[in-house]
Amino acid sequence: MKVFTENMTITAKDCNLYYGDFHALRDINISIPGKKVTALIGPSGCGKSTFLKIFNRMNDLVEGCRITGEYRIGEIDIFDKTTDINLLRKNVGMVFQKPNPFPMSIYDNIAFAPRTFGIKRKDELDEIVRTSLQKAGIWDEVKDRLRKSALGISGGQQQRLCIARALAASPRVLLMDEPTSALDPISTGKIEELTDELKKEITILIVTHNMQQATRIADMTAFFLLGELVEYGTTDRIFSCPSDKRTENYITGRFG
Amino acid sequence: MSIRNKYESELRLVFDKLIAMCHATELAIEKSITALQKRDRTLSHEVMDEDKYIDNMEREIEQDCLKILLMEHPVASDFRDVSAALKMITDLERIADQAADISEISLQFGEEEFIKEPEHIAQMATLAIGMVKDGVNSYINRDIEMARSLDSRDDRVDLLFETVKADLIGLIREDSANADQAILFMMIAKYLERIGDHAVNIGEWAEYAATGYHKIG
Repeated sequence: MKVFTENMTITAKDCNLYYGDFHALRDINISIPGKKVTALIGPSGCGKSTFLKIFNRMNDLVEGCRITGEYRIGEIDIFDKTTDINLLRKNVGMVFQKPNPFPMSIYDNIAFAPRTFGIKRKDELDEIVRTSLQKAGIWDEVKDRLRKSALGISGGQQQRLCIARALAASPRVLLMDEPTSALDPISTGKIEELTDELKKEITILIVTHNMQQATRIADMTAFFLLGELVEYGTTDRIFSCPSDKRTENYITGRFG
Repeated sequence: MSIRNKYESELRLVFDKLIAMCHATELAIEKSITALQKRDRTLSHEVMDEDKYIDNMEREIEQDCLKILLMEHPVASDFRDVSAALKMITDLERIADQAADISEISLQFGEEEFIKEPEHIAQMATLAIGMVKDGVNSYINRDIEMARSLDSRDDRVDLLFETVKADLIGLIREDSANADQAILFMMIAKYLERIGDHAVNIGEWAEYAATGYHKIG
């Protein structure tokens, strides 16, 4: 079995995805650079979240979902029979639109994945909890209440806790599906700053409906429409001089 | 009114004000040269006084554009339209300043007879006025060909400038007493030559607004 390496380029070749008869993603070819933030934008229902979820195989759980094409993270073929799905999900973290802390203490939320992967020693777990919360920029806010319920902190803190929980598994890739759409501007700002910090070590794919957010944090932007990848390029170019009229119309608010 | 329609009406207002500023600037150049030719001191003063209205127009359009950038966060062609307008008004304002400078110089000729009728200078002014007008029109109408043509039209202005310069050097050689007026004419010709350059800048911003490409250098 191949192992995850420093090469974190994400590629999709001839990507097609069907939900039953519905052709949700059509002939997508893309190469996403490692250690960068790539924004997936497009109107609701265009397939961007569906595309995102391919990379930790969350669509496997959707009944009637069929995927064709070739998908790689570095050297790893995501759908290869020899690929360990648990190892894949350890390396490809996911943060959702709505914060979803487990109904347990802050500490146990963060320690959950390391424990699953066999880490038992308290000092080792303490260290992982501390560094993960620090990386997620929430350590100072929760260090004195690590044993309190994670459900008792604010929505913005819960979302950063979820990011810390994902980081505790030392992922190579972080998938974020509209991670700030339910947050206030201050919490949003903290998470945006966090992505900027995290990309030094990991590759980030973020689905966002907020065009300003894409321009602020993304190095690359991909525009999806009706299951197609219409345009992909540097964020700077996409937002200053898109080459496809459909991209122009969407980002300038002429439709969608 | 939808957000998009509101944005488009705000941008149309910027376009209208830009056309008005362009028209006022063309008029300033025209009047400055007429005042020179006819020794009309009142008209020269008028151009100098009216420069502050053009300055105000620049500030007003600038505020409108900054407000759009702040409130609407435009992207793609919307962003290029607003940023090009912001750059173009700086060129228009400088052109109007140069028309006022020409008027100020015209006043220094006094009552003396001209050492030479400023026919080439008048030709430079006619070309420059046309270039300023077409520069702004190429932006409004997204006429890339017209915007690009300004570069070669500027070559004609530059050629006339060289002709004026050669004439004036000849006149100074003939009689050093011509030097005072020759320097004044030379300065006026130089201002017109600079106006041509500013018009080329306007054309380059028009091309940027239409295509996203901005010529460097």
